[in-house]
Amino acid sequence: MTDVLHAKNVTKRFGGLVAVHDIDFTIPEGSIVSLIGPNGAGKTTFFNIIAGIYDPSAGSIEFRGRDMIAKARRAWMEPIAWLLPPAVLGAITLAVAESGTKNQTVLALGLTATILALLASMVIGVSRPPAYQRFMFRFGIFRSARPNDMVVAGLGRTFQNIRLFANMTAMDNVLVGMHSRLKTTWIDALLSTPRDRREEKTSRVRANELLTLVGLKGRGGVVAKNLPYGDQRRLEIARALASDPALLLLDEPTAGMNPRETAELTVLIGRLRSELGLTVLLIEHDMRVVMGISDRVTVLDHGERIAEGTPDEVRRNPKVIEAYLGTPPA
Amino acid sequence: MTTVAVARRSPLNRAARIVAFAVIAIVLYDIVLFVALQQSWLTGSKALTGDHAFGVAIQQTINALSIGAIYALIALGYTMVYGIIELINFAHGDVFMVGAFLSILVTAGIFGQIPGADITNIPFLILVLTVALLLVMPATGLLNLTIERIFYRPFRGGSRLAPLITAVGVSFILQNVALVVVGSGDRAAPQVFPLNWQIPIGDAKISVLSIFIFVLAVGLMLALNTFVNRTRLGRAMRATAQDQQAASLMGVDLNQTIALTFLLGGALAGAAGVVWGLRFGFVRQDLGFNAGLKAFTSAVLGGIGNINGAALGGFFIGFTENLASALGYSRWSEFLVFLILTFVLIFRPTGILGQQLGDRA
Repeated sequence: MTDVLHAKNVTKRFGGLVAVHDIDFTIPEGSIVSLIGPNGAGKTTFFNIIAGIYDPSAGSIEFRGRDMIAKARRAWMEPIAWLLPPAVLGAITLAVAESGTKNQTVLALGLTATILALLASMVIGVSRPPAYQRFMFRFGIFRSARPNDMVVAGLGRTFQNIRLFANMTAMDNVLVGMHSRLKTTWIDALLSTPRDRREEKTSRVRANELLTLVGLKGRGGVVAKNLPYGDQRRLEIARALASDPALLLLDEPTAGMNPRETAELTVLIGRLRSELGLTVLLIEHDMRVVMGISDRVTVLDHGERIAEGTPDEVRRNPKVIEAYLGTPPA
Repeated sequence: MTTVAVARRSPLNRAARIVAFAVIAIVLYDIVLFVALQQSWLTGSKALTGDHAFGVAIQQTINALSIGAIYALIALGYTMVYGIIELINFAHGDVFMVGAFLSILVTAGIFGQIPGADITNIPFLILVLTVALLLVMPATGLLNLTIERIFYRPFRGGSRLAPLITAVGVSFILQNVALVVVGSGDRAAPQVFPLNWQIPIGDAKISVLSIFIFVLAVGLMLALNTFVNRTRLGRAMRATAQDQQAASLMGVDLNQTIALTFLLGGALAGAAGVVWGLRFGFVRQDLGFNAGLKAFTSAVLGGIGNINGAALGGFFIGFTENLASALGYSRWSEFLVFLILTFVLIFRPTGILGQQLGDRA
């Protein structure tokens, strides 16, 4: 079985605090892996490193065989690369002007070329087309993945505290999740091309399917903040699924839910794996959920991994019991 | 089949209500002006009588619509940028000024440098205006984009005050570059659009230019509205405005989305610059300050961050100014504008259509 994600010796320091220390962690394809630990154990930091919010201080993240958060190298050279062509053109123009030529056309051409080069590098630098990124990569100029790059690579997530787009409808929330998978550009949008309308239609159909999957059938038109709490949590999952992820990160998905909602959600997570073939990384405090559906459980404490194994192994591990309950009195 | 239990407000219904509101507001303004113009205690010795007052009232209403449309176009750029990165882009008014100068450059280039010439050759007019808009709008859009890339993006994620101060600086840079390039006086804009082209309705002569400006502005606003509410990138913009980090974690490229916002805002300011030159016939390098201030006021009045609010605020200020000047108190127009702004903000601190800040994020 191949690994979807391999975090190699990841360390994260915040000033003097080592939040995550030298963790090696793999998620096999098609599995449900849980990350547990007492509060402040570094779970969320680790999660955020995987999601691309933080760069690790050391180590790297390999996602679906690609090194995602390699140490960004020479990223500062990128703006210089943009300015180089216009600067060269400008210098040539200046040199020609200094040499005392009376030929106005040459000067005008030089100036126009300089301005065009400046504009072109600006547009390319803003849009960063894939070809350009590959080109820069070849020269060793690249930056680490940002959250949206991780989503493009196939990672979806939900949040510990619900972070839906509260003033948008459930449907729009799901469609935002689909953003990185849609191809229409702003030119399509402005001209309302057939491609644009077709894509808009298919994406709405797909969004409705996802809403049905999580049990929100027919509620697409409701503004997200008006949904009940449990439904908001499920909408977050639908939104994460919309980006067609290979790996789904769930950050305490049952927090604040009542037992019935928790049970329903547990079933849903199981279905995501069996029906969509998803791999799931779960952070959870509710041990019934963790022990019920996980294939493997990793326990963190003080930024270090203290145990790893099947739920049963972890449950019996004295170090885990100690981390949760404290050292037994001698 | 299950019936969908969700009451969706039909967009057509909503549009109808907006149009109805606009028509009622305009007619109401017309009546107020009509009555006010006849009061000698208000207008002094210049009080008008019946038919004449009616004509002037209609004429002034159309004027108010066109000036309001210009403010609204500029205000949209302020409000969009504020909505997405909570930055008051003080340089926006100056982008508008650059647009006005570029428009002179383009129209003079096509039209020859003959200010005040009278041409009612309609196809030619359409050609000139189309070319001017098609060249100036992308140019100011790109300018705004460049400003964001160089002056605002490096500060993103840091203090909110730093880009604000930078924005003031950019405003001065643009003004002073303009001062160096074109000098300090008024520059005449070619009168491509004949000012004496008017449609007589009874006593009133309605300027076709004013109608053109209004129609153009409303068209652009509708296009913007459709873009923001109906398309993938517009959705990304709305999502980014509500929660940047969440949007980014859902696969929205923040840099691209924010750049797009600046591009659109700049393009609208460019369109405003083009029509400004047509309507007022002159452009100066410090134009951006005053127009920008009014537009910013419009955005705040309507509820900053709200696109419809900016449009509403723009027209509101256009009408207020017009009311003052129509009655012969043009020197008091700004006093009136800011007096109303103050009172609106006392009773509705978030502006007319603004939401409670708690609703964001």
